[in-house]
Amino acid sequence: MRRHHDMGGLDAGPVEQTEHDYSPWEKRVDAIMRLLSDEKCQLMSVDELRRGIENLGPGAYDEYNYYERWISSITNNLIEKGVITVDELGTKMEEAKARWQETQA
Amino acid sequence: MSARFAVGDNVRVREAYPPGHIRTPHFIRGKAGVVSAVIGTFANPEELAYGRPGTPKQTLYWVTFPQTGLWPDYAGPEHDTAVVDVFEHWLVGEQQ
Amino acid sequence: MSDHHHHDDDWPYPHPKQPDTEDAPFTDHMAMAEAVTELLIDKNIFTADDMRKMVEYIDSKSPAEGARMVARAWTDPDFKGRMLKDVNAAAKELDIDAGTIPIRCVENTPEAHNVIVCTLCSCYPRMLLGLPPDWYKSRAYRSRVIREPRKVLAEFGTDISDAVETRVHDSTADLRYMVLPMRPKGSEGMNEDALAGLVTRDSMIGVSVIKDL
Repeated sequence: MRRHHDMGGLDAGPVEQTEHDYSPWEKRVDAIMRLLSDEKCQLMSVDELRRGIENLGPGAYDEYNYYERWISSITNNLIEKGVITVDELGTKMEEAKARWQETQA
Repeated sequence: MSARFAVGDNVRVREAYPPGHIRTPHFIRGKAGVVSAVIGTFANPEELAYGRPGTPKQTLYWVTFPQTGLWPDYAGPEHDTAVVDVFEHWLVGEQQ
Repeated sequence: MSDHHHHDDDWPYPHPKQPDTEDAPFTDHMAMAEAVTELLIDKNIFTADDMRKMVEYIDSKSPAEGARMVARAWTDPDFKGRMLKDVNAAAKELDIDAGTIPIRCVENTPEAHNVIVCTLCSCYPRMLLGLPPDWYKSRAYRSRVIREPRKVLAEFGTDISDAVETRVHDSTADLRYMVLPMRPKGSEGMNEDALAGLVTRDSMIGVSVIKDL
């Protein structure tokens, strides 16, 4: 089988030479991964990150942007490893959204 | 563990299509190339990806492929190449 | 670098809109990142200070560090030899921390032009050159540069003579790659700092060359 992320040689349009300044949240996701994979922590390998991204499936892979894929994979890996639970994740996410709502008021 | 191939050896990438986390790209499966460097040994990513240690470590090579051997319709000159990092367990020796 | 993305007349910035930062100010994924960070800090996996320092470290990385190495390699053949063997070790000589993931440098010559891609994900020497440009991670670049390198390079304004070999490196495994571009003609009298100023990020990815002066 050929998986959707394995795209070398496939047809595609012109390379749009886009770039953007990475936003703080994107850098924080990058930082989470570096901290989890560093020699001190060794909680998660780059290949676990990659596997988690590949396993998002073709729909999410194309729909999510780069760091959305990363945080999705990191989160799934941390749940699988028992480092965090779905329930506490959900609670913290609701709190984060509520805090953001307050800043918008 | 000692490297099974040396620089200059003709090799072929196994034509296998297992599911799972694999770092051997589809476009070189079954293709012939030449070992252009022996990089060293690294934990096997196919194991690392699932939280296992990835031992024994696998030798990693640079394999140089002629572009015309990868793509039947390659538009550039014959000396154009692609160099891919390939783990030893994906390579078989090839008589030339 | 690209100024042809001003699709929106009201958009004042030189980069395209990012749907995650401007259009939808707080997405589920952003909430997820915040929640995961808090949980990992609560569980003493790392500290808030570790996080802050790591973001600062990421911010400190830019193509300027790679450019300094290229300029030194152009002026010091012995350094170049060491850099081609082991970028991470050579970086230390210039007080540059290139991280622990091994980086390999491939040298452009009059006979061969190198270009870097990661077809399977988007591996990039981020510990040395900083975070990659978006196009490097794009489906179009990852799919096409391995199969039609000359056409993709032409889209970047880079024409490689048919007499020169194009060599595309797919960083599929544990190495990261950078290109040592050729020193431009006309730069003979320049000092190392001035030379470093000529070296672009794209020339170290291999999608462009440094034009003769």
